[in-house]
Amino acid sequence: MKIITVCGHGLGTSFMVEMNIKNVLEELGVTGIELDHSDLSSVSPGDADVFFLAKDIADGGAHLGEVIVLDNIIDMDELREKVTALMKEKNFI
Amino acid sequence: MNGFLSTLVDILSEPAIIVAFIALVGLLLQRKNLGDTIKGTTKTFVGFLVISAGAGILGIALEPFGAMFQEAFNVNGVVPNNEAIVGLALTKYGTSTALIMFFGMIANVLIARFTRFKYVFLTGHHTLYMACMLAVIMAVAGFDTVGLIIAGSVALGIIMALSPAILQPFMRQLTGHDNVALGHFSAVGYAISGLVGKAVNRKKKSVSTEEINFPQGLGFLRDSTVSIALTMAVIYIIVALSAGQAFVEGTLSEGTNYLVFSLTQAGNFAAGVFIILAGVRLVLAEIVPAFQGISNKLVPNSKPALDVPIIFTYAPNAVIIGFFSSFIGGIVSMAVMAFSGSIIILPGVVPHFFTGAAAGVFGNASGGIRGSVLGAFVNGIIISFLPVFLMPVLGDLGFANSTFSDADFGVAGIFFGSLANHFGTIAITVSLIVILVLMAIPFKKKEEQVES
Repeated sequence: MKIITVCGHGLGTSFMVEMNIKNVLEELGVTGIELDHSDLSSVSPGDADVFFLAKDIADGGAHLGEVIVLDNIIDMDELREKVTALMKEKNFI
Repeated sequence: MNGFLSTLVDILSEPAIIVAFIALVGLLLQRKNLGDTIKGTTKTFVGFLVISAGAGILGIALEPFGAMFQEAFNVNGVVPNNEAIVGLALTKYGTSTALIMFFGMIANVLIARFTRFKYVFLTGHHTLYMACMLAVIMAVAGFDTVGLIIAGSVALGIIMALSPAILQPFMRQLTGHDNVALGHFSAVGYAISGLVGKAVNRKKKSVSTEEINFPQGLGFLRDSTVSIALTMAVIYIIVALSAGQAFVEGTLSEGTNYLVFSLTQAGNFAAGVFIILAGVRLVLAEIVPAFQGISNKLVPNSKPALDVPIIFTYAPNAVIIGFFSSFIGGIVSMAVMAFSGSIIILPGVVPHFFTGAAAGVFGNASGGIRGSVLGAFVNGIIISFLPVFLMPVLGDLGFANSTFSDADFGVAGIFFGSLANHFGTIAITVSLIVILVLMAIPFKKKEEQVES
């Protein structure tokens, strides 16, 4: 499975969220997930199975398919909760 | 032997190889496996070449723009855009930029470890851009190669720790805690916006921007390719109309209709920035996680300074209000410049969006709607006028039709550049030592030293 995090420039925020997801996956002991980050312009629906976006750009990424919206991008608890739910849904844990 | 030496010199003067080498060292230090090490090193190497390719396209788009602007208004027109100016600068200053970035990050970790400034600046692209500007300024100031790297790295480390520090009182007010800092080199503009908000809120309390109903339909501007292409198209066409059909078709477009030509070049500008962004992403892919890992280990109580969108969710309305207010500040400034006959700094949507939005959020936190509008407006004026004074200290690059857009680049650049102009390299060396000593004193003292 592949996850892409997305932000406006595709440089800072999305990268930070990607690294945080990586940490959560390590905590959960999940392997085999491919992670990357990108900007709103470059990313297109087939690029990944699931996309993570911040709330403020959620409209711009609605077309991507399976999108998970983060209300607060520095809240690790929210991220952990949403990643864990996703992994359960996809039968990784 | 001579052949070996000249090969070595060739290697050291090829920035793409230097950056790849730095990534390789980082990956080896992290004991990554062979596959990851090869992948990371190669991506970094290619990423740097991608940046150069983007800079080439940008140059093609900017050159006729400069010519048209000169013809129409008889002054230089400048579009501030970090990616554009860094792309152009890296072709000449790539090696020193890479080394300053590498040692500057080390300097940042050391400062965070041993002084009370516990900030670790994790916004990699801004670190890269600041390293690039310092490489240019230190070279123009007259440092030799080694001195340039040392002075640039120390300056970068200081700026990486001080920029989040100035803003932290306002970050605390906004977020309600002290764990996270903002790592975005426009902190001076944000802090001033926060102060403006405080000042206008003294007599009559202003309501928060988040208590009003505000249309959110401008989200598409967050897509940087869209916003750059649209604004450049508008600016380009206005300039083309002012320069006149005969001039454009006669000397620049080789007969292609002048408006079609302008539209295409505006698209080229956005294309160049798009490519540079992709290259920057490749270059940073290995460097940022390594930096984060190392700083976590060495500075356990550090405060991570993160990229600017982390604050946007605190006040989505202030983001939009701030963007518009800042942009209007940019337009007003442009009019003032036109009357005074200086070079003209055109309001770029990207800097006004990101820094204006953040200024709006900080202005709102301390002064409600009034603070948000006025604070962001002042931010717009600041980021318009700083480049006017920054460009003269950038040497040849000061004549490009683009420049660094955010406030801290202007403040730091003007500070070091004018020191060098008046008192030479020795003044920069002395000032760096003085600032370091002041930072090492474990009391609450002047944190704004570098910004004065």
